[in-house]
This record gives sequence, C-alpha cells and structure tokens, in this order.
Amino acid sequence: MIQILLWAPLAAGLLACAMTQRLVAIPPLLTGIVRLGLVIYVAASFNPSLGIQHTVDESWIPDLGVRYQLGVDGISLFLVVLTSVLWLSATLWSTFNPPERRRTWFLMLGLAETATLGAFLAQDLILFVLFFDLMLIPFYFLFGVWGTEHPGRAVEGEGPIRPQAAVIKMIVYTLVGSLLMLAGAIATGILAAEGGELTYSMAELREDPLGTGSQYWIFWFFAAAFLVKMPAFPLHGWMPDAYRVAPLPALALFSGVLSKVGAYGFLRVVLPIFPDATNHFQEVILLVAVVSILYGSAMAFTQTSARLVAGYSSVAQLGFITLGIFSLRPDGADGAVLQMVNHGLVIAPLLLIVVVLAARTRTDDIRRMGGLAMRAPVLAAMFLIVTMALLAMPGSANFVGEFYILNGIFQEKIVYAFLASVGIALAAYYALRLYQAAMHNRKPEGFESHEVGWGQGGVIAALTACIVALALWPGLILDRAEDSVDEQLAATNQQAPAEVAQR
Amino acid sequence: MTEFNSPDIDYAGLSPVIALTAGICVVLLVGLISRFGRFTNAYLTIAVLGTTAGLAIWQWGEQEDLVAGALRLDAFGLAVALMACFAAAVAVILSIREPAAEEAGHGAFYSLLLGSVLGMVLIAQAQNLIAFFIALELLSIPLYVLCASARRTERSLESGLKYLIIGSIGSATLLYGFALLYGASGSMDFAGIAQALGPGGQGSETLVLIGTAMVATGLAFKASVAPFHQWTPDVYAGAPTPVTAFMAVATKAAALIALARLFEVALGPIADDWQPALAALAVASIAIGNLGALGQDSLKRLMGYSGIAQAGYMLAGIVVASATGLEALVFYLAAYTLMNLAVFMVVVVRERETDRGDDIEALAGTGRTRPLLAWPLTIGMLALAGLPGTSGFMGKLFLIEATVDGDYTWLGVAIVIGTMVSLAYYLRVVAAVWMRPEPGPAPPEPMPAIAGGSPDADHPPKGSSRCALVVGSGLICAAATVAFGVAPSPLIDWASHAAGSLA
Repeated sequence: MIQILLWAPLAAGLLACAMTQRLVAIPPLLTGIVRLGLVIYVAASFNPSLGIQHTVDESWIPDLGVRYQLGVDGISLFLVVLTSVLWLSATLWSTFNPPERRRTWFLMLGLAETATLGAFLAQDLILFVLFFDLMLIPFYFLFGVWGTEHPGRAVEGEGPIRPQAAVIKMIVYTLVGSLLMLAGAIATGILAAEGGELTYSMAELREDPLGTGSQYWIFWFFAAAFLVKMPAFPLHGWMPDAYRVAPLPALALFSGVLSKVGAYGFLRVVLPIFPDATNHFQEVILLVAVVSILYGSAMAFTQTSARLVAGYSSVAQLGFITLGIFSLRPDGADGAVLQMVNHGLVIAPLLLIVVVLAARTRTDDIRRMGGLAMRAPVLAAMFLIVTMALLAMPGSANFVGEFYILNGIFQEKIVYAFLASVGIALAAYYALRLYQAAMHNRKPEGFESHEVGWGQGGVIAALTACIVALALWPGLILDRAEDSVDEQLAATNQQAPAEVAQR
Repeated sequence: MTEFNSPDIDYAGLSPVIALTAGICVVLLVGLISRFGRFTNAYLTIAVLGTTAGLAIWQWGEQEDLVAGALRLDAFGLAVALMACFAAAVAVILSIREPAAEEAGHGAFYSLLLGSVLGMVLIAQAQNLIAFFIALELLSIPLYVLCASARRTERSLESGLKYLIIGSIGSATLLYGFALLYGASGSMDFAGIAQALGPGGQGSETLVLIGTAMVATGLAFKASVAPFHQWTPDVYAGAPTPVTAFMAVATKAAALIALARLFEVALGPIADDWQPALAALAVASIAIGNLGALGQDSLKRLMGYSGIAQAGYMLAGIVVASATGLEALVFYLAAYTLMNLAVFMVVVVRERETDRGDDIEALAGTGRTRPLLAWPLTIGMLALAGLPGTSGFMGKLFLIEATVDGDYTWLGVAIVIGTMVSLAYYLRVVAAVWMRPEPGPAPPEPMPAIAGGSPDADHPPKGSSRCALVVGSGLICAAATVAFGVAPSPLIDWASHAAGSLA
C-alpha cells in the first residue's frame, strides 16, 4: 500500500503526458484523491505504540549494501499527510489555472511528490539521500521553466532577477549540502560495518553508533544539507532570488513541504545516528536557530515583496522548529513535529493568497496593494485566519506548537528561550503588517478589487479548513508523534532517562 | 628432416581480433567500389562491430593467455571490447550523413574507425610491454587521421595536427618509461615485471620509479588526465563530431582499462609508491576539468573538459587498488559511455539543423520544439552531473564507496566537491534547452580560404538533418541511463565479473 502511495504520483505524471491537452489534469487529480483516501486510512489505522509501520524491505543493490526500505512512523505520518494534501491542492489549483506546457508541468509535479514522499518514507540512509537529492530535479524545472522574471529591488540597485540564474543558484546551494551528505552517508555505512556486512539501514546504524571522532565530521556533512534546505540563517543565500521568481503554486509546495524535509532529516537521521555529535554541537545549532529566528523576523518586517515576507517568515519558523528539535527534550521535539505540519498548512495558503492578490494588483509589492478587503470579504476572512495562525495566536495549532517548543527549550537552555520569545512578538508584527497593507488602507488607483473565484477560493478554503481543524484538535498529531519522538531522542537523551520515563 | 612444431593458436580466443582485422580489409575494399552508397559501408561496419561484440560475448568468462602470453583473454579486457564496439557503432550511425565521412571516403573513414577499435581491444588485453605499445599506436594513429578527416575545415586539420604532435609526445614518454621498466626488471611480461618488483626481486628502485612516472604520464596523455589534458578541448572541438563522440568514450575507456591492468598487475607490488601520485593526478583532473568547463560556450569543448573531470573520477577507482575500485571503474565507464553518447547524438543533430554549430545557443528552445532531443540531452547531462535516478548517481555512489573503503576518503570528498562545481555547467546546458526561447538564425560564419580551393565554392556540405536512426539511438542510450539508475544490479554484476577476472 505504501508503495502505491509512493509511486502513484509519478505514474500519474507519466500518464498525464500521454493525455490530450484538455484531459491532462485527470490522472493526477484522480490519483491525488484516491491517495488522500489511502493516506487518511494509514493515519487512522496508525498505532502509535508500534513504531515503524507499513514496512517494505527489499534487497535493491546487494553489492553496495543498499536496501529498498520504506516505513512510516509517528514523525513521518503527518508529514506524509501534509504532502498529499498540499500536492492535491496544487494539482487542483493548476487544473483551474492551467499553466503553459501543462504535460511537463504535471510530470514534474508528480516526480516532485514521489521524491518528497520517498524522503519521508525511506528507512535506508542511501535511499533517503537519493530521494532527498531527487527532489531538486523537478523543482529545478518547475522554478526555471515556469518562473517569471522579477524586477528586483530597484531602490537598492538590484537589477531584474532571471529565473534561470536564480534556479542555478538554488540548486548549487542545496546540492552542495546534499552531495556532502552522500559522502557522509557512505562513510557512516563503511565505518559502521568495520569490514563486515555493509548496511545502510537506519535501524541497524542506530544500534551501534560510530566513534565520536567520526561522528563529529559526518554530523556537519548532514547538518550542512539540512540547514541549507530549510534554509537557516547563514545558508539562506539562495532563498530571496528563488522565492521571487518561482511560480507560486510550486513555491507553495516547496515552502510548505520541502523545507520540512531538512528539519525531518535532523530528527530522523542526525539525532539517533550521531547522538554524541548532537550533544556536542547542540549549542552551535541552537545558536544558528535563534539567529535564524531573529534574522528571519527582522527581514520579514522590512521586506516589501509579499513573497519575501513569506520567505523570511519561513526562515524564522524553521528556526523555531530546529530549536525545538535541538532542545533534545520530548516537549520541544513534539512541538517541532506539530509545528512542521502547521507551518506547511499556513505557508501554502498564504502563498496562494499572494497569487490571488498579485493577479488583482499585478505586483507582489505590498506598498502598491491595499483596500482589497472591501470587495472581497471571503478572501479577507480566509487571509485573516491564515495570518492569525502564522503569528501563532492562542487557540491556533501554531500556538500549541510554539508553546511546546519553548517549553522544551526553557528546560534546556533558558537564554535561547528568551531570545526566541522575541521572535514570537516579531511574528505578530510582520504577519499583521502583511495583512493590513494588502487588505486594509486606501485602495491605490489602477486596479479593481473583486472576490476570489470558486476554483482558487475552494483550494484556499480547504487548506484554511485544515488549519482550523488542527487548531481544534492538535492532539491528533501530538498523540501519534510522541512515542516515535521519544525513540529518536533516546540515544541523545541518555542523561535524562527519568524524564522520558515520566511521559 | 627437422620436426616443425606448429605453435598452438587458440583461434576461439583470438576470434574478436580476427573478426575486426578481416572487417577492416573488407570495409576498405568495399569502399573502393563506387557503386555502393554510403549505407552499404555503414551497415557493413556495424555488422563487423556486431560480430566482434558477439564473439566477445561468446568468449566472456574464458580466462587464458593468448599468443605466447602477449595477450590475456579475460572479462576485464572484453568489457572494453564491448564498450568500444558499442561506441564505434554509434559513431558510425552518427557519421552516415556526416560531411567528413563523405570527404574522406566512406570506406577509408570506417576502416580507420575499425582500426582504432582493434587497437582498443588489443590494448585492453595486452600483457606484455611490446604488445601494449603496438596496440596503443594502433589505437592512436587512425584517430589522428580521423580528427583531420573534415579536410576542408581549418579547425579539423588543426585538431588532427595538434593531436598527432601531442599524442606522439605521449607515446614517446610511454616508450621511454617502458624501456626503463625493462631495464629495471629485465622482463617484458607484466607477470615478469611484477615478480622482479615484488619482495625478493632485484628491481632497481630509482629506475622503476622514474619508469612508472613516465608510463603514467604517457597514459595520462591518452586518457586526457590533467595536467596532460591541454590538447583535449581543442581536439574535441575541431574534430568531426562523430569522431569526438567516439574519442570521448572509447579512447578514455581503453586508456583507463589499460592503465588499470598495467598498474594493478605489473606494478601491483609497488602500489604504495604510485597510489599517491595517481591520487594527485585524479584530484588535478577533477579540479581542472570542472573549472575549465565553467566558461565554455561550445558544447564540444565543454564535453572535453567534462571528460577530463570524469577521467579524474574514474582514476579514483584505480587509485584504491582494490576489487571494489576496479568494479566501480568498469561500472562507471559503462554508465559514462551511455550518457556521453546520448549527449553527443543531440549535439550532432543540432549541428545539422541549425547554423550555430555546437554552441550552447543551438540547443535553446529544443525543450519546446524537439522533446525527443531535449529528453536524452537532459538525462545525459543530469547523469553526468550524478543526480539520482540515473546511472551517474549509482556510479558516483560506487566510486565514493570504493574510495572510502580504500582509506582515500579525501578523494571521495574531492569527487563530491568536483560534482558540485560541475552542476553549474551541466545545468547551464539543461537551462538552455528548457528555459530559453529558440533564437533566430545566426549569421553565416566566414569560411577560411584554404590553398587550392575557392572559398565560395568550398562551403562544406551541411549534413542532412534526417536522422531518425540517430535520435533513436539517443533515446536508447538515455533510456538505458535511467534504467541502470533505477535497477543497477545487472550492470553491477557485469562490472564485478569483469573486475573479478583481473585478480
């Protein structure tokens, strides 16, 4: 079943290529809906106490010790759900607003989904790296081919940004990280084998950690890959350009799901397989996370491009998630898992709303927007809900997530917790600024405000409904994630077994 | 009456060589009969190559000495025979409508090509310094002529001359090295040399080291390993494209396999001495090849530099002097053959369709107008860059695993860093294909006046662009690249069988 889940998107994409222009969207849409049902079934039948479920374990490349191992546990479960939901929305969106060359578009969307799901499901280190790298190929095409030139910030002397250049920058940045990770993964396998049977199975690598010396350098190979992907503060150089040129439905997926793969990688690979290095470098990563929060927030409330506000707010949010994971406390990590899903559900509709706004005003510059709420109350209402969730209003699931994260980090390193709290205040400022600038104030001349259409509005409404549902019932995720999170933290947390036992 | 002992000749073992030799004569003679068109010659050549490949497959698995120990029949050498036959067959398909083949006369052109293949088959089997050298010359001399076969283009003549001069320097260096090795060990046989250099042998240390260095230098010229690579981009750019494709793949394979056999078998006992030197060559190649390719606008020059870098990666497999390393080498060579040929086919087709020759600009817009060309090229480029889902990724995985396993982890990291740099230029080509509109026609290039011809009448005939056969083989190569990226096991088994036969 998990195999169908994984490969159906690619198959649908290939099938779409064989369809006539009018019917292209049918296969992706149908499989999307069927798979949503499958995913809900997997989530409903999930038993939190059983660990990794729905496993597949086949020999793939015996000479290299690589196995085809898949499985889903409490951490990946809701990320898989998130992936399916967001991809279905993007498919729906592109059905109603078909892009040019749509066969290739749907093929790339399908390939991207398969790769992303693969990264979440893989239980073999090399397989994980393979899917992690594979994710980039479709996004390279999606951003490069369907991207639009952005005028850039003329005030700061920045010329127009071409999609081609931006996308190569993005790929080189992210692949630098992932290729180092490939070398790190191979080194992990070979060093762990000590001349014996070569294996990359994460479960087996976890049993028998490497010596601390090897852990230290391999840790950074992995950390580089994940921090670039998120992106975290000093490694975010690709983000502003890529966010400004990317086609928005694809950007919603990228920002909503792919950035989470980095955080997920920390939780899935780094913590259990390199526990000593994790403890050793905990403070460094916490520092990176806090700087990301402060830098991301500060940038988000000075940007005038709505896309960049969303982009930098992601940097800040991913900083929070990293903070939660590296608190190395169950509270913090639970919160991080919840927050990963929350952020995906918030940033995707936010970016889709930016598309709607940009279609009205023909710009993504928030200074040239305004007064849209008057004629578009439904859009305004949905935007308000998304904004409230983004700033983690009490009552939203984001509030619960951030609360758990801060709770975890307060117990561990109180200084970082105080600094991170500043980020929450800043989030309120930039989120409200974005909303006000776009929806309130006086409407500038030169465009008409009107209500969002059924096709676009429906997709945004569905995602908004997910946000509300999760706000009412965050335990849906927390209950299922807890046990798996504890298991991931077990190796690093040997100094505090009592607390783990309490839970 | 004296008894005459006829030497015992194993005709079965020699059959691939015999078939090729006979084929050369037949193709040359048939070429003289003007009644037959170009197709007869081409198909005849392909038939000869097919027969040779068939006989090689028939002899696959045999292990014995031929011709009084001058040649050794084993799967390692036959692997080269198969790759060379495949590359040559593709080169023939590319040449059918190539003006260069027309000018040189089809019979002569194809028999030269076959002569070069014969040299490759022999050099990969050579077990004796004399046989090795003769085979090397047999491989090289036809290539000098083939490079210059487009007689009315200045660049082609220049390329042939340059290759001749530099190739001769390489050969001379190699020959001097052989003389020193012979002087030091007193033996022409690989086995004899190994015995003399081994423990208890009487080899003179200085002579051996100087000899080894000169041999490595000579072979590095042939395999275009930096810093002996300077001829590569110029010769590749000037030679007729089908010849470039053949050289890029087959010459490299033959030179690397011959180098592997010479160093592992004859010089195996002093591996500790040459390992660091070859490692330095590998790193230099990776650095120079990748950096040199960055600024290239001509696809053939770009592929030349890319080939230098790829030779560096493959040399890493020889450096570690282990069974895994050789397996990785053979696997990578096979994968490299397929992906490189896929790229070159597209270059040839575009050269004939547009006025822009092999400039990257000639590819612009093919994603929209010629998907059947765009996909093989894209897959080939992504595979050369080592992205997952292609055999290039598996090859890199294999090579890095071999280096880490052989305690050359830093070499593995060098491969990874080289790969990152390479993305910048491989993706630039992909970007041209998919993300740029088709340009208008280019102004015609002025033709240089060559003595004895009138410049107006002397525009070389452009090849016809009818090329279903070419596009078809490009698609097959690309499909195989993806297939071996998803299910590499058959190719790995093949490679490990070939590598295992050397030990």
